This record gives sequence, structure tokens and C-alpha cells, in this order.
Amino acid sequence: MDFLSYILQQFINGLQLGAVYALIALGYTMVYGVLRLINFAHGDVFMFGAFTAYYLIAKWDVPIYLVFPITMAVTALLGFLIEKIAYKPLRSAPKIALLITAVGVSLFLEYFLSLESLFTPNYIGFPRPFEVTGYELPLFTVTNVQIIIFAVTALSLLLLYLLIYHTKYGRAMRALSHDREIASLMGIPVDGIISFTFIVGAALAGLGGILYGFAYPQINVFMGIMPGIKSFIAAVLGGIGIIHGAVLGGLIIGISEVFVSAFLSSTLRDGVIFFVLFLVLLLKPSGIFGKWIDKV
Amino acid sequence: MSFFTNAKRFLLCSIVVYFVLKGLFLSGLLTQYIQQIILFSFVAILTSLGLNVIYGYTGQFSLGHAGFYGIGAYTAAYLGAVFQVDNVFSFLPILALGGAAAGIVGYAVGVPILRLRDDFLAIATLGFGILVKVLLDNSDRAIEVLGGSRGFIGIPKIVNLEIAFFTMVFLILVTRNLIFSRYGLFWQCIKDDELASTAFGINTARMKLMAFTFGCFLAGIGGALYAYLYSFLHPSNFDFLRSIDFLIIVIVGGMGSITGTIYAGLLWVAVIEGLRIGLPAQALEFRWVLIPIFLVVVMMWKPFGLLARKESKFLGLGRDA
Repeated sequence: MDFLSYILQQFINGLQLGAVYALIALGYTMVYGVLRLINFAHGDVFMFGAFTAYYLIAKWDVPIYLVFPITMAVTALLGFLIEKIAYKPLRSAPKIALLITAVGVSLFLEYFLSLESLFTPNYIGFPRPFEVTGYELPLFTVTNVQIIIFAVTALSLLLLYLLIYHTKYGRAMRALSHDREIASLMGIPVDGIISFTFIVGAALAGLGGILYGFAYPQINVFMGIMPGIKSFIAAVLGGIGIIHGAVLGGLIIGISEVFVSAFLSSTLRDGVIFFVLFLVLLLKPSGIFGKWIDKV
Repeated sequence: MSFFTNAKRFLLCSIVVYFVLKGLFLSGLLTQYIQQIILFSFVAILTSLGLNVIYGYTGQFSLGHAGFYGIGAYTAAYLGAVFQVDNVFSFLPILALGGAAAGIVGYAVGVPILRLRDDFLAIATLGFGILVKVLLDNSDRAIEVLGGSRGFIGIPKIVNLEIAFFTMVFLILVTRNLIFSRYGLFWQCIKDDELASTAFGINTARMKLMAFTFGCFLAGIGGALYAYLYSFLHPSNFDFLRSIDFLIIVIVGGMGSITGTIYAGLLWVAVIEGLRIGLPAQALEFRWVLIPIFLVVVMMWKPFGLLARKESKFLGLGRDA
């Protein structure tokens, strides 16, 4: 019984981490869909979201219900600017040039923001605007942080689903990821939709940043690297370009990471995640929900 | 015939450079620290040359090059500790084994992951690099002497000017000859168009694997030299940022250019270390702010690097002088 409740407890903790990964993975998967680019800077947008929330809560005492929209707006703006300044001039350049630029943008954001006069390279305590309380259920305990994370993630997924499958913008995005040239021939404003995709993805990453700060209240300018890479792996695992695939992949990665930490060793968890990546790439590179294709 | 005269020309240049460097080292004008930096630049050139073979010539993007560099370094250091290596002659086989270990791992990893393309290959190699670092961080659990996250200490400092320089010269020459052999042509053909290469009857899977293995071998040799140059290894020396270092050298120098890699390697080490000497401590953190900007600007201006597919006639690295 104890063992069962321990496993369930770890499962809940894994879902908490996985929900954050899912929010980041959505941005990767959408950007990959429209631009065929691994946006390495996405993890840093997530980091920027956490820092924005930190400044709003700790320095300027903004009420919590305003922290969410303001942070998402700020990261959306950052995502928009990254695309306009760094990626747009390279629209016709070779794919690898775009990828290297993405790595460059990511490094720039990290090291620029880690300057002493900006965010500093140190770990900073993230202030939760509320006390953490646990609710004892028969088999496991769930905290209010976890409830907030699950609720916010579920709500944003619902909204994203409506956006992508039930609006004109969503249809344009899907058309673009299907075939950019034909989409532009059909009168879709390609540049506008790409910007829009970055905005939505970056807003979700900002949301992920806030929730991550609530759950693991230690933030640092380099905090986005590993969650960013793992979320990308989550997107690949679920099938890149597929919305529900990114969510499922995020949850799987989060849960397996927590289980490896709990039962094997916390220093090995990154290794296990990458082992999972290798397996996916070798067995079914198109991911869980992807179509069978010969090569990626 | 000019192919061989060019090789002679390159050897002649190297010998001149060697005597100049030897004179400088003996004259006492250079501090121990500067000497070490100069030797390190040879390591950086060699390792980047490996990445250039993989990426610049064959077009297989790798973000995990530092992983192979680390495998070479740790293998050489571990074997050296087991066999009590303390002089140059017993070091040379260890050097070769370090390179071979990285090459073998590169082969084993390459068989599955070289089926992937562009960005998927990038993320897979990135994953491999991080995997290697995680394993190195945990290595002391399996083998105590590797040191894990405390670092590998007590490696004898054997690498001197002769070993570092002539290993580099020898392997540059080997790489040059490979590049101008039919295999090198196959590699460049695959980079230009993989589908067309298959149509011409090139066994692309085999050729990609060969280039990848050779590139990893060079990284392993670089790592082994590094281990016996600095006599201390730490997993953080083989992380993602180090892979980026090598990538920057390749890109700045130009994809598919040995000359470019040599110049860019020298320049890179000079800039990184020079800024450390020249700049005040507070400004030091600006290095990594400026470097990415530089990278992005180079990508926008010359997406294939500064000396893409050009070789120096003066150094005798070209096909025909």
C-alpha cells in the first residue's frame, strides 16, 4: 500500500513537471510546423517568462491575476522580436544557417541576461505569491501549486485547441505547416502567420516559466537550456508538428524523469531522457502520433 | 604531380613554422601560460578539423562533437593511468588509442543516427553530447580514477611542442589527402545532394559513416592531446558550449576549408584567451554576449563561412597550385 501510494505520489509530481514541459513543447512543435526550425531560443523565452514573473511579483507587487497576462504579453513580444530580427532575414538561407542562428540567439539571450547589471548569473529565489498547502487524498497528497499547474495547463490547451482547429488563424497555421508555398499562393500572409505562431508559442513558454517558478522556486538565466531541450525531445516523442503529441510527449518525459530520479539516481535522469530520444529516433522518428515515413 | 609538390610545400611551411615556434619557446619570450595556449590552439584546430570533415565536407550537422573529444581525452587519460605512461614513447600508442576509442564510439553511434537529417541529426548528436557529459559526471561510480564530477587529476604533462605540432601537421596532411581522394569527393557530393549521390551509385550511408568516424577520430586525438597538455580533466570541459566552440571555428573558417579551420582555430583561441588577458575582469563576461552576435551576423552575411571551399595556395593545401 505504501509502495503504491509512493508511486502515485511520484506520478503526480511527474505530471506537474510534464505539464510545464508540455507547455514549452507546444511552442517548439508549432514553430517547427511552420518554419521547419528547431527554435533553440525557445527555452530562453521560457526562462525570460520566469524572470518577468519574478520581477512582477517580487519587485513590483503586481497582483497574481495580472502576472499571467503581463508575463505572457512580454514573452510574446520577445518571441515576435526574435523571429523578426534573427530568423526572418534568413528565410531563404540554408536550413543549417537558420539552426546555427537559433543557437546563437539562445546563447546571446543567456549570456546577455546573465550580465551582473541585468539578471545576474546567480540562482534567485522565486517568491510564490501564496503559501503551499497540501491536500491529503486517500492515496496521495496534492498541493495547491499542482492544482494551479494542472488547471492552467488544461485551460491553455483547450484554448490552443480552439485556436488551431476552430479559427481562421489556426487553419492558416495548419496550411502553412502543410506546404508553405501553396499556402502563400492561396493568399495566406505567410510572414504574418509565422509571427503569429511565434507569439502564441512564446506566450505559452512564458506561462510555462511562471508555473515552473511556482513549482521549483529557484530561477537562473541558464534554467531554460535543459527544459528547452527536453521539451523539444517531448515534441519529437509525440510527433513533431502535432499538438496533442507535444502534450503527451511532455507528460511522458516529465513522468519518466521523476521516476528515474526517484528510483535510480537524480544525476542519471538527463541521460535516460536522451536514451529515450535515441530510441524514438531509431524506432519511429516521426513520433508516437506521426505517420510512418522512411526518413526525416 | 602538383598534388605531391603541394604536400611537400605544406611540410616545408610546417617545418619553418616549427623552427620559429621552437626558437620562441627556447628564447624565453613566452610565458608557460602562453606556450600552453599555443599548444591548445593546435588541439582546437585538430578537433575542429574533425567537425569540418563531418559537417563542412559531408554536410552532417553535429552538435555533440565535444562528446567525442571528451571520450578521447578520458580514454587516453584512463589508459595512461592504467599503464603508468610517463614518457613520450609510451604516450604515442595511448594517443592513437584515444583517437581510436572516439572513432569506434563515433562508428557505433553513427550507424543508427546518420540515418537522420539536418535538425534531427543535430538534436540527436546534441543528446549524445549531453549523454556523454552525464556519464562522465557519474563516471566515478563505475571507475574511481575517472573522478566523476570532481574531475580527473594527476595526468602527467607529456604533450610538448613537438608532439602537438607534428600530430597536427600529420593529421592535417592525412585529412587533406582523404579530402582529395575519391572518398573526399563522395563526401562533398553527399553534402551537395544526397539523393543525386545515391543515383550516381555512391553508398551514401557508408560514406557518411566513414566521414563521421574519421571526424570523431580526429576529435579523440584532440581530446587525448588536451588531457596530456592540461593534466586535468573535468566533465564541464566537454559540454555543449565546447561543441559550439568547435562549430564556430568551422563556420568562421568556412565549411569545407582546411585552411579556414587552421586560421579560424588560431584566431579563436587568440581571441578567447587574448580577451582574457587584455580585458578587465568585469568586461570578461561580455565575451559570450559578443560571440553569438558575431555568429548570427556571419550566418546572415556568409551562410557557408568566410573561406568556404577555398584553400590557401601558399600553405600548399590546395588541389593545384
